[in-house]
Amino acid sequence: MNIPANLKYTKSDEWFDPVTGKVGLTDFAQGQLSDIVFVEVVVSPGDVIEPGKTIASVESVKAAAEIYSPVNGKIVAVNDALSSNPETLNSDPYGAGWMIQVEGGDASGLMDAAAYEKYCEERAH
Amino acid sequence: MTEVIEKTIFELSSPGRTGVTFPDPDVPRAELPESLLRADLPLPELAEVDVVRHYMRLSKFNYSVDGGFYPLGSCTMKYNPKINEDMARLPGFAFTHPLQPVETVQGNLALMYTLQEWLKEISGFAAVTLQPAAGAHGELTGVLIMRAWHKSRGDVKRVKMLIPDSAHGTNPASSGMTGLNIVQIPSDGRGNVDLAALKAACDDTVVGLMLTNPNTLGLFDEHVEEVIKIVHDCGGLVYGDGANLNALLGIVRPGDLGIDVMHFNLHKTFSTPHGGGGPGSGPVGVAAHLAEFLPSPIVGILEEADDEQPPLFGFIEPKRTIGRVKAFHGHFGMLVRTFTYIAMHGPEGLRQVAEYAVLNANYLLARLRGTYRVPYDRICMHEFVAEGRVEGADVHALDIAKRLMDYDFHPPTNYFPLIIHEALMIEPTETENKDTLDAFAEALIKIAEEAKTTPDLLHAAPHKTPFGRVDEVKAARELVLCCWLPENYNK
Repeated sequence: MNIPANLKYTKSDEWFDPVTGKVGLTDFAQGQLSDIVFVEVVVSPGDVIEPGKTIASVESVKAAAEIYSPVNGKIVAVNDALSSNPETLNSDPYGAGWMIQVEGGDASGLMDAAAYEKYCEERAH
Repeated sequence: MTEVIEKTIFELSSPGRTGVTFPDPDVPRAELPESLLRADLPLPELAEVDVVRHYMRLSKFNYSVDGGFYPLGSCTMKYNPKINEDMARLPGFAFTHPLQPVETVQGNLALMYTLQEWLKEISGFAAVTLQPAAGAHGELTGVLIMRAWHKSRGDVKRVKMLIPDSAHGTNPASSGMTGLNIVQIPSDGRGNVDLAALKAACDDTVVGLMLTNPNTLGLFDEHVEEVIKIVHDCGGLVYGDGANLNALLGIVRPGDLGIDVMHFNLHKTFSTPHGGGGPGSGPVGVAAHLAEFLPSPIVGILEEADDEQPPLFGFIEPKRTIGRVKAFHGHFGMLVRTFTYIAMHGPEGLRQVAEYAVLNANYLLARLRGTYRVPYDRICMHEFVAEGRVEGADVHALDIAKRLMDYDFHPPTNYFPLIIHEALMIEPTETENKDTLDAFAEALIKIAEEAKTTPDLLHAAPHKTPFGRVDEVKAARELVLCCWLPENYNK
């Protein structure tokens, strides 16, 4: 399982990059969902968001899931390429699979990589 | 390239073949206006026998409750008695039209009125509409009624619907369609609604709670009355998802528990055809305070009976109705089948339905719990959820489900509910005998052995069906939703 040390994490399996402001779905989550077949980012550049607000819907052959914002701030970009290439979330969750980019996001209160790894292990049972 | 085992009806077509030859007209031909004519109409050309054989072959690829055991959790795939079909085909029912004057369809209306009364008696509600077309449509109707009730009291700030994570998946969808915000309530360690989380979510912005009880774990909520009270105390209403009513018939009445509104799935609990076999039917029952909001019209008595005349049945508009939710009066043929089923069973028989449904599920649970892990392992109701994995073997719930098809069983519901890892949700229903349950349990036990010794047998399953493993990912990613002629498919 890939958990980059430079990112911050939520209990609902989103990652946040404090340097770039990008947000996405973790490797653990994409593995649990299995093959992702549909992604819809439901927010737009300019939107002001807060933690817990739905930013995207994701569907795999097994399940549907909502993706929530890990931080508050203003959206400066969304990844339009995802909707036509949902498999990017499986193949490159921390790279080309980014969903939105936020300005002014505060990462305090999010888990670091070590804490998130422990959280994933607890759930893998 | 996939092997073609049956061509499409268009590929079987040959120019000039006909099924029916019309005689020359014995009346003058009418000229149609140019604007209504089309240059081509690419209908297939076949003889009647070729059409019949084509569809007969296709039907043999299908799996049905008439063909075998169908333990599809939360769908209540019970056997549908054939007498239901006989009754629905009685000419007096089959050849009536919803626009006929009510005086000429008194038999139909008497049946609908009586069925409303029976459903009220079974569920403990004060009034029933028969209009909704199926379960999720009943949910939408119920949520609209809940909203209308709050609005009628001037209480317009309620925007949240609480939905436990063990609810049916349609609940959030139905609420979402009405524009409400969905708040998910977690389950506790025994599979009940987490009371602390529920209390924390309850405030004066809550429309209500949508409760599936028994829930999708097949468990009866041990604090159901407290759950309902907590929601009522914050001014919310409780919606009961009646999809799992089969476990409760004649034992518990949702209305008596304090639930305010609930839909029935006639195609589950009351043995009307399900899935491809026929339309669903999702009547909604409500407590007295919601009766005047029901969809319009409902069937009522316009003139009471006297010594010489039977009552005159007709249509009544509830005072503060949310309006129509369906053209005409719902799926009438399904109402006839349900009426037949209830009349055949009577009160004692309906209670036995629930008792045997619960007994069968617990028997299967007892036979399988040593082989497959059951996360919330307590006495279940009409269904239970096991984990579709085998210690030390690289197989998933999907592999086990597909392999069951080789043993001639329909797979259980899989990957639902989401709160169970690799879920296999098994609902045997009351119509199966012990031999069938034993054969199914033995197949699942054998598959667990195969998972350890020959896992590839599972990965590539099914092997004995007309089609092997289908590529679900490709099907979902490359949607083809139009019916194109074969020659245009690759354009």
